[in-house]
Amino acid sequence: MSAIAFEHATLHIGGRTVLSDVSFEIAAGEFIGLLGPNGAGKTTLMRAILGLLPPSSGRVEVFGRAPERGNPAIGYFPQLRTVLPDLRVRGRDFIASSLNGERWGLPSLSRKERETVEATLEAVGARDLAARPLSEMSGGERQRLLLAQALIGNPKLLLLDEPLISLDARNQEIAIDVVRKVCRERKITVLFSAHELNQLLGALDRVLYLGNRQAVLGTVDEVVKAPVLSRLYGAEIQVLRADGHIFVMSRGRDVERVDHMHDHDHGHDHGHNHHHH
Amino acid sequence: MITATITAITTIITDMFAYEFMTNAFAAAGIVAVVSGLVGYFLVMRGQTFAGHALSHIGFAGATGAGLIGVAPLWGLLAFTLAAGLAMGALGERISNRDVAIGVILALALGFGLLFLHYYTSFATQATALLFGNVLAVDHSMIVTLAVLGTITLVALAAIMRPLIFSSLQPELAEAKGVPIRFISTAFLSIVALAVAECAQIVGVLLVFTLMVGPPAAAQRVTTGLWSGLLAAAAFALTEAWLGLTMAFHTDWPVSFCIAVLSALVYFACLALSMRMGPAHPAPAP
Repeated sequence: MSAIAFEHATLHIGGRTVLSDVSFEIAAGEFIGLLGPNGAGKTTLMRAILGLLPPSSGRVEVFGRAPERGNPAIGYFPQLRTVLPDLRVRGRDFIASSLNGERWGLPSLSRKERETVEATLEAVGARDLAARPLSEMSGGERQRLLLAQALIGNPKLLLLDEPLISLDARNQEIAIDVVRKVCRERKITVLFSAHELNQLLGALDRVLYLGNRQAVLGTVDEVVKAPVLSRLYGAEIQVLRADGHIFVMSRGRDVERVDHMHDHDHGHDHGHNHHHH
Repeated sequence: MITATITAITTIITDMFAYEFMTNAFAAAGIVAVVSGLVGYFLVMRGQTFAGHALSHIGFAGATGAGLIGVAPLWGLLAFTLAAGLAMGALGERISNRDVAIGVILALALGFGLLFLHYYTSFATQATALLFGNVLAVDHSMIVTLAVLGTITLVALAAIMRPLIFSSLQPELAEAKGVPIRFISTAFLSIVALAVAECAQIVGVLLVFTLMVGPPAAAQRVTTGLWSGLLAAAAFALTEAWLGLTMAFHTDWPVSFCIAVLSALVYFACLALSMRMGPAHPAPAP
């Protein structure tokens, strides 16, 4: 059984077609790098898997079933991470809030749930963050905490939406290593969206490249080549390989880097501003 | 020496409680302080204090309008704050976090409040009582009303507390996990509206921050745990309210002034304390 399957799926947001007649299948346990220019639909694709956006035609399946909102088998690390600047809540309480957070009544955790929180913090090396308020954490530390949270409840599928944004190179490497290690151990399927392919090269099994309303799934060698990317970007693309790195260029400019620079303007432009509270 | 001190304190307390209006004031302020501290904790956590401020100003127009048509100000206040809370919730964050839109609307509400007062006979005393509170005039029936409203407020808050915390801290994840975040947001603003209406009875619409924002903000400086924070917020609010009443009784200064001073003192003391202790584990240098 595949972890994620799209069969001729079309996704619309407010009259705009984000993905059109897309088909692919991701096997359980795969580490998939989700790439593509801004606005290509990386976040939208994850929202469809989460059951927040039903396909307007075709089918989406998660572990053989239609996506359902609140599926406990999915761990989610959202891109639009609204952390209030002066949040005086300690790390432990922050991630514990997501445990059965949809239930009514007073927040209380069973002993077992408390142990789960501690064990997950340990697994991503975030024990030291448990007692500190979020307002005193660096970007890298918050990221680690959110990763711990996405792993709570032993998900079988992890959706990580741009987890490397706002991290320096060293912390990016650490984050990728932690995800790869934990997910290998627990046989978790990973969908990891990013701007830059190179950092992920050592970790991923296959890439899912989005662009021009299409999606192409395959190994790096199958997907990251000029004809495929030219189609996805709708522009002449050159792929240069040097020193174990891959550069995706358009008219002499590195498109991944250019995208990244515009991130602050367009990073949230995935059509869910009107959902956010 | 110790005996003398105890005797002195006992005299101070028995002196105060010899007056029925002081007993009433303590009861009313106690109820309202606890409700304000607890509700305010989440207002501060969500970064929506300005929305709370706006609700109180909108309530002022309701209170003076009610006076004009011969209804008790509390009910006008309640009707307006609740309606405004529901409207803000329905319009979503687009409005409730827009400082300029809220600022314009609260100024408009104060303007209308003034217009209603203009046609109101007992202009001056009424205006002062609404704007700055009049806890010493609280009677027995008002205490019962505040107790009932306070219970409703806290029961409603307890009912939504778990998803409220989740959707306040991580709205995107809460939405993905199936929390009805818009409903939670609206329900919370209605709870704030109730608390504001109660709070305004004690310290007035202009000073609701003294009990709803000062104590919880101070609490969040000195403790980062959820339950300890809630407890500290309620305890600070209660202490400030009761100490403020005591101070007012012995100095003849207005009660709301005393509470406002204590609220500011406690907040800045806690701020200084947390800055002096600094980050528990300083972040490594970049």
